[in-house]
Amino acid sequence: MTLGIKAVSKNFGGIHALQKASLDIKKGSITAIIGPNGSGKSTLFHVISNIIKKDGGKIEFEGKDISELADFSIARTGVARTFQEVRLFKNLTIKDHLAIAISVDDECLLKNAISKPDIDEAKIKEALRLVNLDKPLNTYATDLSYGQRKLLDLAVALAKPHSLLMLDEPVAGVNPRLRKEIKAILRTLKKKGETILLIEHDMNFVMDLADDVYVLDEGRVIAQGKPKVIQKNKKVLDAYLGE
Amino acid sequence: MIENYILHILILMSIYSIFAVSYNVALGYAGLLNLGHVAFFGLGAYTSALLTKAGVPFVVAFICAGVIAAVFGYLLVYLTRELKGDYLVLATLGFSFVFTSLMLNWRWLTRGPLGLPGIAKPNIFGLVIKGNLMYFIFVLIIAAICLYIMWRIVSSPFGRLLEATRDDELGLRVLGKNTFNLKAKAMTVSAFFAGLAGSLFAHYISYIDPGTFYIMEIILILSIVIIGGVASFKGSIVGTIILILLPELLRFLSISSSILGPLRQMLYAVVLLGLLMYRPRGIFGRVDLE
Repeated sequence: MTLGIKAVSKNFGGIHALQKASLDIKKGSITAIIGPNGSGKSTLFHVISNIIKKDGGKIEFEGKDISELADFSIARTGVARTFQEVRLFKNLTIKDHLAIAISVDDECLLKNAISKPDIDEAKIKEALRLVNLDKPLNTYATDLSYGQRKLLDLAVALAKPHSLLMLDEPVAGVNPRLRKEIKAILRTLKKKGETILLIEHDMNFVMDLADDVYVLDEGRVIAQGKPKVIQKNKKVLDAYLGE
Repeated sequence: MIENYILHILILMSIYSIFAVSYNVALGYAGLLNLGHVAFFGLGAYTSALLTKAGVPFVVAFICAGVIAAVFGYLLVYLTRELKGDYLVLATLGFSFVFTSLMLNWRWLTRGPLGLPGIAKPNIFGLVIKGNLMYFIFVLIIAAICLYIMWRIVSSPFGRLLEATRDDELGLRVLGKNTFNLKAKAMTVSAFFAGLAGSLFAHYISYIDPGTFYIMEIILILSIVIIGGVASFKGSIVGTIILILLPELLRFLSISSSILGPLRQMLYAVVLLGLLMYRPRGIFGRVDLE
């Protein structure tokens, strides 16, 4: 098991965003979290990264309790993630983005001021090749289309040293062609042995992609299992599809 | 006479270029809108003046000016670490008021509103920097060194992280970067060089009082950075040249000195407004000030 989420709760005033949600993410698998709007999917991601403090429960990553770590420390343990809205550095280039993701010693002021460490161009090119983003490295993030920004966002998460990749709605707002492309990228990543935790609003997108699916509704895990089983689960159909 | 006047302008440009670029490190690169920067300049000036008056060699006092300002720079970031946006701006403005108030009321040390007169010219291992030409060469060398170090910092991978902090702090934290440390380092560096500029200023002018480091000075330095361009190194230098030269033109008009001061402030305001309307990124800027 790579990530263990045990009875995690989060309340916003009177709203129960997460109610004792428990999930196990297996190494080398794609696990999808699905659920209707407001079911707590993104809150769960924020709680795992400790961007939002949980009210109760425990989160273990590779056997270590990461519940009390700061958000940047959790990232350093090997958790890479994207957000529902693309978060890029608008005044930086593609190369800058990937160099930041790859570097581990760029926070040292003296070392950087005295000698300029080399950027590993091969790693940058590999990250871009994986997501099929073919743009000049000196292109600014603001000069990219929405789809290209989505791909750069994914490339940045991939370039960051990690053992778990958390993707929050990677195909939200993209055209059908890019949607297929991203699905193919995720399949390639799975073949490479990546552990991926994926939030997706659209159930069909994950059905032939994920190994395991968790369904959230009103902050609770209402179902868990293989996609084919989930598709036929009555509770899921009632809560998620409103049927 | 005219030579001395030109040298005086060049000396001020050199000192203010350090001051302005140091401000740009925090404001332009790290995105810290700090209205207390003038307090670091003042801290450097007072530290250096008081230490040399107490018999401490200039070189030691000069370094202490930077270090003391840097310590307060770190403290300011630490104390305001939970604040963002307008609240941070107000807190930093408050810091500059606290500094002015302390310098006004800590009379046994600073002589309060009477200020500190007779600040000695720099004595570097027996070589006294006297006369405007010598002082200009001295500050030009110091400015070149300071600007080179700051340029190395902002153009390094560390500088790239500062820019990323300015653009999206949360996005950077989830990449495993400690943005509090980055901001603290940026402010410490910024305050250090502002302190050095303050020391150079005090030993050149030879008299300082709390009014020298009041709010008007931050408007000048903010105008320099905005006019030159936020996050532009050369912009801060060009901005310094423009805003030091512009008010000097007023001297050639036959206006009484009581009108000259306010007119200078009005000139800064007109230039700033005009630029914000027609060229919001400044002359060399590539980043919007948000």
